[in-house]
Amino acid sequence: MNAHGTVFKFGDNIDTDVIIPARYLNSSDPKELAGHCMEDIDKTFVKRVKTGDIIVGRKNFGCGSSREHAPIAIKAAGVNCVIAETFARIFFRNSINIGLPILECPQAAEEIADGDDVEVDFDAGIITDHTTGKTYKAQPFPPFMQKIISSGGLINYINSSGE
Amino acid sequence: MGMTMSQKILAAHAGLDSVVAGQLIEADLDMVLGNDITSPVAIHEMDKMSVKTVFDKDKIALVMDHFIPNKDIKSAEHCKCVREFAKKYDVTNYFDVGQMGIEHALLPEKGLAAAGDLIIGADSHTCTYGALGAFSTGVGSTDMAAGMATGRAWFKVPSAIRVNVTGKPGKYVSGKDVILHLIGKIGVDGALYKSLEFTGDGIANLTMDDRFTIANMAIEAGAKNGIFPVDEAAQEYLKEHTSKEYKVYTADADAVYEQEIHIDLSTLESTVAFPHLPSNTKTISEIKEDVKVDQAVIGSCTNGRISDLRIAAEILKGRKVAKDVRCIVIPATQAIYLQAMEEGLLKIFIEAGAVVSTPTCGPCLGGYMGILAANERCISTTNRNFVGRMGDVTSEVYLASPAIAAASAVTGKISSPEEL
Ligand code: SF4
Repeated sequence: MNAHGTVFKFGDNIDTDVIIPARYLNSSDPKELAGHCMEDIDKTFVKRVKTGDIIVGRKNFGCGSSREHAPIAIKAAGVNCVIAETFARIFFRNSINIGLPILECPQAAEEIADGDDVEVDFDAGIITDHTTGKTYKAQPFPPFMQKIISSGGLINYINSSGE
Repeated sequence: MGMTMSQKILAAHAGLDSVVAGQLIEADLDMVLGNDITSPVAIHEMDKMSVKTVFDKDKIALVMDHFIPNKDIKSAEHCKCVREFAKKYDVTNYFDVGQMGIEHALLPEKGLAAAGDLIIGADSHTCTYGALGAFSTGVGSTDMAAGMATGRAWFKVPSAIRVNVTGKPGKYVSGKDVILHLIGKIGVDGALYKSLEFTGDGIANLTMDDRFTIANMAIEAGAKNGIFPVDEAAQEYLKEHTSKEYKVYTADADAVYEQEIHIDLSTLESTVAFPHLPSNTKTISEIKEDVKVDQAVIGSCTNGRISDLRIAAEILKGRKVAKDVRCIVIPATQAIYLQAMEEGLLKIFIEAGAVVSTPTCGPCLGGYMGILAANERCISTTNRNFVGRMGDVTSEVYLASPAIAAASAVTGKISSPEEL
C-alpha cells in the first residue's frame, strides 16, 4: 500500500476542535464532516486538498476530544496518510480503528515542509520526500495493530475473528 | 517487577497475573459509555458487525447530554437513533431528558462506576472515574461499538507518572487549580499514553468533587487515565452511591514510575489557563493586566457538581453579575439541580443576575446555550480552551475554578474572590 501526494503541514497540538469543530457534530455523515475539515485552522484546506494528499503535524496531533469524526473527516477529505512526531492516544486509536494510516516519525515531521511532494510506502515504513530527495524510516505498527489494519479496521477484524 | 494501580486493574481484567508497560492486551469491560454525539457513529458501526446483540444490557450507559434538550433537527435525529437502539436492546442505563446529566457527573452519582472497574467511554473525559479508583479511559466510536458487542477492548498497558500530593489547600484553591497547575507544569502532552497515579497524604485534604475534577482533566495532559487511591472518603462515596461490589487495588511497593512529580497543596494558588491551551497557565497573582470578560460559564463535567455551585453561590450571594457579563450556571445532573434548588443556590444565582440551565454540555464544546461572538472572552469552569471551542475562532476561553469564574462575573474581569 502506498500514498503519494502534496503535504499540508501543521504545527504542535493540532486538536480535534480545529480538525472538525463541534458545531458540525450534529452530523455524522463523512462527506459533510469532510466539508469542514481543518476549517478553524485553515479555511482554504478543504478547497485545496486533493485525493491522496498527506497531512504532516508535529507533536500531540489530534489531542482533545474522543470524536472519531476527526479522523473520519480527514479520511473523507481525501487525505491518505497523517505523519506526526507524536499522536494523542485516542486519535491514534481511532485512526487505526477506522483505517486511516498514520505514522509516527519525528524527523520526517520536523523536516518535511508544506507543499512538498511526498510518498509513503506503508509496508516498508519508508517516507520519501521527492521535493528534497530525503527518505525517512517510520516506526512500524506493532503486530496486533497490523492485524487490525490488514483486516480493514476493528469491525472487520472482529467479524473475521468470529467472536 | 511491581505493577502500578492501573496495571493491576488491567491485568485482572485481561485474566493475567501480571502485565508490563507497552504490552498489548485484550480485556473484559465493566462498563461501556457513549453520548449523543459518539453513540450514533458507534451504532452505525455495530450495524456492520456480524454480532447482532449487545454483550450485557446492564453494562452499557448511553447518556444524551451534549446537544440536549435537542438544539436542532439533526441533534434530535441523533438522539432518536440512540433512543431506538436502547429500546431495541433493552439497555438499562439509557438517560434522556428528565433523567440525564452530564455523563461524567452522572455515572458516579448513579453508582455505575466503582473502584477496580475497567471502563471505556466514547468521550475523552471518561477518565473522570479514576477518582473512584477505577481504570477508565476515553476511546472512539468504533471501540465503543466493539465494546458494546463483545464486552472487550484492546489496550496498550501504560507506564505511569506518580504525582505525590502533600499539604492542605487554601480557602479558594480547589481540584481545578491542582490539575491546571499540573498541566501547566508538564504540558498538554506531558503524560501522553501514560497513567497519572496520584498518591500521598495530601489526597485526604481533597474532596471527592476535587478528585473528580482532577481525574477529569488528566486527558488534558495527554494521559490515558488518572487514578486515585481508594481511601476512606472514596469508600464512603461508593457506599452512598453504588450497590455494585467493588475491588480496591493498590500499587505494588516496587512499582515502576517513569517520573515523579510533587505537588504541595499549601503552596498552590488559584490558577487560570489562558487561550488556547490548558497548559498556558498563570496563577491569579501573576495576572497583572485587566482581562475583561463578556461571559462566565459555571458548569460542565469538570465543575458542575454541588460543591462547585456552593462556592459560586457563596461568592455571588448579595452581589450582582457585572452589567456587561452574561453569567450561565449549569448544574451537571438533575440530582445536583434539585439539591441546588433545595439549598437555595438557584435563587442566589438568579437574584445575582445569572441564568440557570437544565443539565447540558451546551457551551462547553460550543454546542449551544452560550456561544461566543467574534473577539468575545469567556471565563469558564470547563476543561478546554482550544481555538473556536466555545464559538467564533477569534473568541477566547479562560479556564478557571468556580470561585474565580463567579468573582470574575461580578467584576467583569478575571478576578479572585479576595478582591471583592
Ligand atoms: S461537559 Fe464538556 S467536556 Fe464534559 S462531556 Fe460535555 S462537552 Fe465533554
